[in-house]
Amino acid sequence: MATEAMEQLARREYKQGFVTDIESDTVPPGLDESVIAFISQKKGEPQWMLDWRLEAYHQWLKMTSPSWAHLDYPPIDYQAISYFSAPKKPEDRPQSLDEVDPKLLETYEKLGIPLHERAALAGVAVDAVFDSVSVTTTFREKLAEAGVIFCSISEAIREYPELVRQYLGTVVPQGDNYFAALNSAVFTDGSFVYIPEGVTCPMELSTYFRINAANTGQFERTLIVCDKRAQVSYLEGCTAPQRDENQLHAAVVELVALEDAYIKYSTVQNWYPGDEDGKGGIYNFVTKRGDCRGDRSRISWTQVETGSAITWKYPSCLLRGNESKGEFYSVAVTNGRQQADTGTKMIHIGKNTSSTIVSKGIAAGKSNQSYRGLVKVSPRATGSRNFTQCDSLLIGDKCGAHTFPYQEIGNSRSTIEHEATTSKIGDDQLFYCKSRGISEEDAVSMIVNGFCKDVFQELPMEFAVEAEALLSVTLEGSVG
Amino acid sequence: MSLPETLMKRLHAAPAGEPEWLTEKRRAGASYFETVGFPTRRDEAWKYTDMSRFSDLEFGQADNAELDQASYDALKLDIDACRLVFVDGLFNAELSDLDSMPEGVAITPLSQALKSDQPAVSEQLGHLTGIDFSAFSALNTALTGEGAIVTIGKRQAVEKPIYLLFISRNNAAPVMSHPRILVNCDTESEATLIEHYAGEQGAANLTNVVTEIEMAPASRLSHYKLQEASQSEYHVASIQVDQKRDTNFISHNLNLGGAVVRNDLVSDLNDENATVDLLGLFFGQDRQHIDNHTKVNHNAPRTYSNENYKGILDGRARGVFNGRVYIKRDAQQVLGYQNNANLLLSDRAEIDTKPELEIYADDVQCSHGTTTGQLDENAIFALRARGIDEQMARGLLTLAFANEVMERIHHRVLTDRVERAVAGKLPDRFNLESLVEDTSL
Repeated sequence: MATEAMEQLARREYKQGFVTDIESDTVPPGLDESVIAFISQKKGEPQWMLDWRLEAYHQWLKMTSPSWAHLDYPPIDYQAISYFSAPKKPEDRPQSLDEVDPKLLETYEKLGIPLHERAALAGVAVDAVFDSVSVTTTFREKLAEAGVIFCSISEAIREYPELVRQYLGTVVPQGDNYFAALNSAVFTDGSFVYIPEGVTCPMELSTYFRINAANTGQFERTLIVCDKRAQVSYLEGCTAPQRDENQLHAAVVELVALEDAYIKYSTVQNWYPGDEDGKGGIYNFVTKRGDCRGDRSRISWTQVETGSAITWKYPSCLLRGNESKGEFYSVAVTNGRQQADTGTKMIHIGKNTSSTIVSKGIAAGKSNQSYRGLVKVSPRATGSRNFTQCDSLLIGDKCGAHTFPYQEIGNSRSTIEHEATTSKIGDDQLFYCKSRGISEEDAVSMIVNGFCKDVFQELPMEFAVEAEALLSVTLEGSVG
Repeated sequence: MSLPETLMKRLHAAPAGEPEWLTEKRRAGASYFETVGFPTRRDEAWKYTDMSRFSDLEFGQADNAELDQASYDALKLDIDACRLVFVDGLFNAELSDLDSMPEGVAITPLSQALKSDQPAVSEQLGHLTGIDFSAFSALNTALTGEGAIVTIGKRQAVEKPIYLLFISRNNAAPVMSHPRILVNCDTESEATLIEHYAGEQGAANLTNVVTEIEMAPASRLSHYKLQEASQSEYHVASIQVDQKRDTNFISHNLNLGGAVVRNDLVSDLNDENATVDLLGLFFGQDRQHIDNHTKVNHNAPRTYSNENYKGILDGRARGVFNGRVYIKRDAQQVLGYQNNANLLLSDRAEIDTKPELEIYADDVQCSHGTTTGQLDENAIFALRARGIDEQMARGLLTLAFANEVMERIHHRVLTDRVERAVAGKLPDRFNLESLVEDTSL
């Protein structure tokens, strides 16, 4: 039996748990208007931005934390969180890698992401977010040549206010949900991408997020706008150091695709999931939504979720343009006492819109995992098409896997299909491999990789390698 | 939430001369109902079916069970069975047929059983549903007075079906009824139970029925629920089944009538090798609203469930399907399968479907699938190319879609009735009679 191997897998250690000691410019815990004003001032924001934040804050005050998800966690004390933390000396930011704090570079080294090497070899521009403030941005010139804007959201608010004002909050309004409202009030950083009409972004864009200072919630705000016939592939990856206190993360990602535009958004999330008893670990409450605003536009979400104590995340697509396309490919692995409630929403509004959902969940240890999805076809979205497949794999008899797909179909000229399966790794599959001389651990690894293949092949090359490595690391424990 | 005054009064006026245990249960039901009120769309389980409208509706209570023969003949199933007939919730002894009761079966109208205070009633009433199964079941507990108590004896295989017919009249003022059906299948027994809900044209009453079925080890029960009430009738049904070792429960949930219909069907598989088959068919037209909620609780290892619900929606009808398969921790080697297929015949029809899996054991095989779509244009073309006109082709294909559920009905009279009812809902030019003659079926 594979039980022992499975149990070892469930006990795997978080390999990337370490803390970088950099003095932070942190506000005392708590949230009120003055904190928001402080953040806004620190960021050198114009008045309209502060007003926007305050408006969000007032909406947030009237809202209550959602309780419908299949999650169990103690109430969060929002007054115990510090809402701003930035590395020292924000005024004189490093101009090149040489000027970057060596400790920071070391952090990246430990993560196995040598910034310069990676950027040079892989041709990836990296906008590294370290504790809320973008520290370094590479390949700016090359992107500028193509007319692509890729910078931190704070910089965009200062440099391109008209663009930001035009699109910010149009996909995820301030009062969209509890966590989005909180984010709108206190977001400290994130990325802004604008791809002008007809431009295919010359390289894959990537941001590495990293949570550092203890007790500091991270509130990124990412906005990606793809103008007509433009294309971009955006990569987001996350790791966080080991902590005992729960860290709150409530990011908002907004994507806007105009006519014939294509945005591909890929995520590998490997935040600290807490220890064996579920102590510590990141609370990850994310609102991600793409708006296929133009006809024939396409937005594709791919995510590999292996971290966080709590994941509450539903990357969605609003298919407003006719013949627009939404895709969602997800692998979620939960272990220990992790809890994940994740899925997607596909809202078909335009005619002849199509969406594909492939979700693979692997639950091990004492974790619980839910797929929660909505496919809504409005009466005027005739000729729409959806295919959904969600499969769950259970490893061990203490975990849980759940599926809650909602479908609301409002016209008779659309075709909607949904399939879901839940099972464990078959004893006969394992026996088949073992009878051919493959060790049990290798067999488990092979079968799990095969299970996730549909999603991995959607990832950009670099990420696919990383994701597979991540899975191997996950399974390494089972070899002993 | 404010509740209608007449309803409040009735909730607090327990009928005199009743056994104490019943008065207590009624009180508990009434107080639970008062606390929660009629469900609104804020309740997750009622997200797609707004019942708050009942707060504004007034329902009286029937004072007699008279029914004219013509109505009765038109509505009843012509079936050789042990028959109990209820009119607007009241028992009609004349129309019932309890004389030729087969051996090993005991069927008593609930009112009679209550009068003689049979101990079985106090044991069974609310035993499975408790007080808090739903707001409607609590309302039923508070107000019920009629229904049936059915007992199938040990090792008895009852061939004659047990037929409970509930007829809703077209009253001047709408009435509400709260029938309670208590079924007890003893060890190794086998029986068929038909619950049939029919109504006169224009009947706009509320029928709020609760059925509790206890199945002792190795018993088998085929349960048919044929609901073909008038298109202005409100129908709410709560069914709770408790299955012991080696039991087999087959449910046929056939919904063709009603303005607003809600079925809650829960089966608890409490011991090994308990098997449940849930078959459902619903066909909504005009502004009909049909909501089916099912839940299978695999509470023990090696239990099996299989579910297949098919929905057809035309006009501005709205269908809801919510099926949940729950597997308890350590309930290993369970098989659970769930399918829901829907056919939308009109652009103004809507289906909201949600098949759920909630699984806490790893050595299981579970899957579900749902589809929503329309008739295959290629199939229509193929039939037309063979000289069958378009309406007929559409009708045939729709009938074929429903057939997967209909063919599992093992009673000729029932099959016929359902087939005709489905055909009757198809466009005018579709004529099943001529088809039957043509092929001399």
